[in-house]
Amino acid sequence: MSRELFTFHGGVHPPEHKSESSGRPLHPPLLPRELVIPLRQHLGNPAKPIVEVGQRVLKGQMIGEADGYISTAVHASSSGVVTAVEMRPVPHVSRLPDLCVVIETDGQDEWIERTPLDPHAMSLADLRMHVRDLGIAGLGGAVFPSAVKLDPGAHHCPVLIINGGECEPWITCDDLLMRTRADEIMDGVAIMRHLLGSLQILVGIEENKPEAIAAMQAAAARLDFAVEVVPVPTIYPGGGAKQLIYTLTGKEVPSGKLSTDIGIQVFNVGTAQALARAVRHGEPLISRLVTVTGHVLRPQNYEVLIGTPMRVLIAEAGERDGATGVVMGGPMMGVPLASADVAVVKATNCVLVRSAELFPPLPRELPCIRCTRCADACPAALQPQELFRFAKAGDFGRAQEYHLFDCIECGCCNYVCPSHIPLVDYYRYAKSEIWAREKEKRAADLARERHEFRQFRLEREKKEKAEKLAAKTQAARAQAASAQPAESPATAPSEADARKALIAAALARAQAKKAETAPRNTEHLTPEQQRTIDEIEARRAKIRELAHQPLETEEKK
Amino acid sequence: MLAAIGVMVLLAVAIGLVLGWSAVRFKVEGNPLAEKVDAILPQTQCGQCGYPGCRPYADAIASGEADINRCVPGGEDVVKKLADLLGVDPKPLDGALGEPKPKSVAFIDEQACIGCTLCIQACPVDAIVGAAKQMHTVIAKECTGCELCVAPCPVNCISMVPIEEDLPHWKWKHPVVMMKTVRTETRA
Repeated sequence: MSRELFTFHGGVHPPEHKSESSGRPLHPPLLPRELVIPLRQHLGNPAKPIVEVGQRVLKGQMIGEADGYISTAVHASSSGVVTAVEMRPVPHVSRLPDLCVVIETDGQDEWIERTPLDPHAMSLADLRMHVRDLGIAGLGGAVFPSAVKLDPGAHHCPVLIINGGECEPWITCDDLLMRTRADEIMDGVAIMRHLLGSLQILVGIEENKPEAIAAMQAAAARLDFAVEVVPVPTIYPGGGAKQLIYTLTGKEVPSGKLSTDIGIQVFNVGTAQALARAVRHGEPLISRLVTVTGHVLRPQNYEVLIGTPMRVLIAEAGERDGATGVVMGGPMMGVPLASADVAVVKATNCVLVRSAELFPPLPRELPCIRCTRCADACPAALQPQELFRFAKAGDFGRAQEYHLFDCIECGCCNYVCPSHIPLVDYYRYAKSEIWAREKEKRAADLARERHEFRQFRLEREKKEKAEKLAAKTQAARAQAASAQPAESPATAPSEADARKALIAAALARAQAKKAETAPRNTEHLTPEQQRTIDEIEARRAKIRELAHQPLETEEKK
Repeated sequence: MLAAIGVMVLLAVAIGLVLGWSAVRFKVEGNPLAEKVDAILPQTQCGQCGYPGCRPYADAIASGEADINRCVPGGEDVVKKLADLLGVDPKPLDGALGEPKPKSVAFIDEQACIGCTLCIQACPVDAIVGAAKQMHTVIAKECTGCELCVAPCPVNCISMVPIEEDLPHWKWKHPVVMMKTVRTETRA
C-alpha cells in the first residue's frame, strides 16, 4: 500500500524537541480553584453569556450560547459557582482583556445529565445543531466552529483528510492522543463521514511519530469502512492544511478559495476525538490535551479543563528559574503571552516556557539583502521579500497583488532570514490594516446610503405634507362654498372670508377636543375638597413666587 | 480641388454625426470625478468642511471650488488620497476647521434625556431612535461620530465616547524597528 506522495515547495527542518514531552504518560486533569472561561474561544461571533453571577453551574452546563451561524457554545468545565462575568486577560497576542465567565469550583466535579446522541436517528441538520451546542471547534489551532465545516452545503466533499501532522516543534499532544485514543478518533471520523458523505478518508501523520502511526493503523483496521493512514515526510509545515492536502493528493487549493471548493475537508485528530465524545457520550468540549514543555522540570502532556490558568500547569510541571516568557503554541507560530495568568482555551495546544538558553533573543534586525532564501523556504510559494517590502512601505495594494492573503504565517521565512527580520509580523500588520480599511470602507458606504436615504425621506415628507395641505384647503374651500350656495355670485365669499370660516371651524374643533379630554374630577366637589384645593393652589403660587425671586435679583445684577 | 473639398466636408459631416450621436447615446449621468472624490471621503456627513455633507463637498472639489484639505475627520490620509486622485500637491489640513479627534460615537445619557427629538432631526444618518417625549438612544453601529447631535440637545445629555481598542477592533502594529546604536565616544 504505497500511496504516491507529493512534495510541496519550501519548508524547513527546525530542531524537533518532541522527545522532551512525548515520553511521559498523560497527566490527568487538575481541578483549579478558579476557572476563567472566555466566551470568545472560536472564530466567528463570541458566545452570549447565559449565566448570572452567584448561579451554581454543573460540569458540562452551557454558560454561553452560540450567537449566529458561525459561532459555537461554551460550557462550564467543572461544577461550582459563577463569581463574575467580566473582562479578564485572555491568551491573545494583543494582551487585551475579553469577556470571561469566572467559576469558583466546588471540588465535587458534578456532571450535568449527559444524553448520548444517535447520529442515525436524527437528521443531519439536527446533529449539526447538537455539535454546535456542544461547543465543538477545530482543535488544530484555527478553532473554526466544526458544525459549519461539517455542513457540506453546496460543496460535496468526497475526500476527508484527518490531520495528525503536528509539524510544529515541541508539541506532542496530538501524538499522545493518537497513541492513546486512536479508537475514539476513528469513531469521530465515522461521524464525520456520516455527516459529510465522504468517499475517501486519509489520515496524514508525520513519520517522526511511528507509535501513533501504528496505533492509528491498528484502529483503522478495526473499522467497517476504509481509512488510509499515510505516513508523510517530516518537514515543517507539513501539518498545515493546504500542505497536507498537497502532500496526500497532489491538489493545490486555489488562491482565495477553500479546500471545500476542490472537494476536500480537513479536520484535526483532536477535533475528531472531541466529536466522538460529544456524540457518543453527550459530553461538550470542556477539556483538551495540552503539551506543557520548554523550560520546566517535567515536560509532559496534560488533559486540561478549559479555563485552567496556565500558571497552575507550569507549577505542576515544575517551574524553573530563568524563564523568560510563556508562548501559547509552538516556537514557529505560537502567541507570546504577557504572563502565565491567562486561561487555557480551546486553541491552546501547547504551553511553552521560554528561557534564554532554549530561545536566545533574536539578534538585531538588519536590512533585507534580497537573498531570497525566504522565497526558497516559503511553502505557499510566495515572494516573501517583495511582500515585506510592500508591507513595510504601507503599499498594501501591491502586497495583495503579490497574494499576501495566501500567506499561512508559518514562520519559515523568519526562520531562514539571515537578517533576522520578523517577516511574519509585517505580513500580519499588512493583513490587519487591509481588513481594517475594508471595514472602514463598508462603514462609509453604509453611512452614505443612510444619508442619501435620509435626504430622500426628508424630500418625500416635505412633498407629502404640501400635498396634504393643498388637499385639505381644497376640501375646506369646497365645503365653505357649498355652505353658502344661496348667496349671489356678486357677494361670493372672498379669500379672507373662506380663511375666517376655516379658522372658526378649527377653533370649534379644538374646543370640542379640549372639552372631551379635560379632567372631570374638578366637577361636583364637596366644600371640603374645594377648600383643600384652594390651599394647595395658594401654596403653589407662593412657591412659584419664591422660586422667581432669586432669578429676578440675579437679573438685576 | 472641388472633389478634395467635397471629401473633406463629407468626412467632417459624417464624423460630426457619429460624435453627436455618441454624445447622446453614451452620456455619463452625474459627475464621475465627484463620484470618485465622494468615494474617498469618510462619509461622516459632519459638515466641518463648510458644506452640508460629504457629497456637496465632493462636488465642490470636483468643480475646483473647494480645496482638498478641508476634511477634518479624514485627516492627512484623505488629503493624500485626494491629491493622488486629482494630481495636485498634498497640503496640510486646514487648521482653522478643527483638529482631528479619535474616532468616537455619540452616547445619550438616558436618565437625562427629555425626549425632545432635536438630536433625531440633527442626525445626518438617522442613527438615533426615539419619539417625542420618549427616551432616545444612539445606534452605535450606525453612528459616524459627526457630533451634529451634541449642540442641539437642550439638556446636554449627549457626549462623544471615543471607541476604545478592544479585541474585535484590535490591529497588528507595525513591527518596531530597532535603530542602530550610535557610539557616543569619539576617537581622539
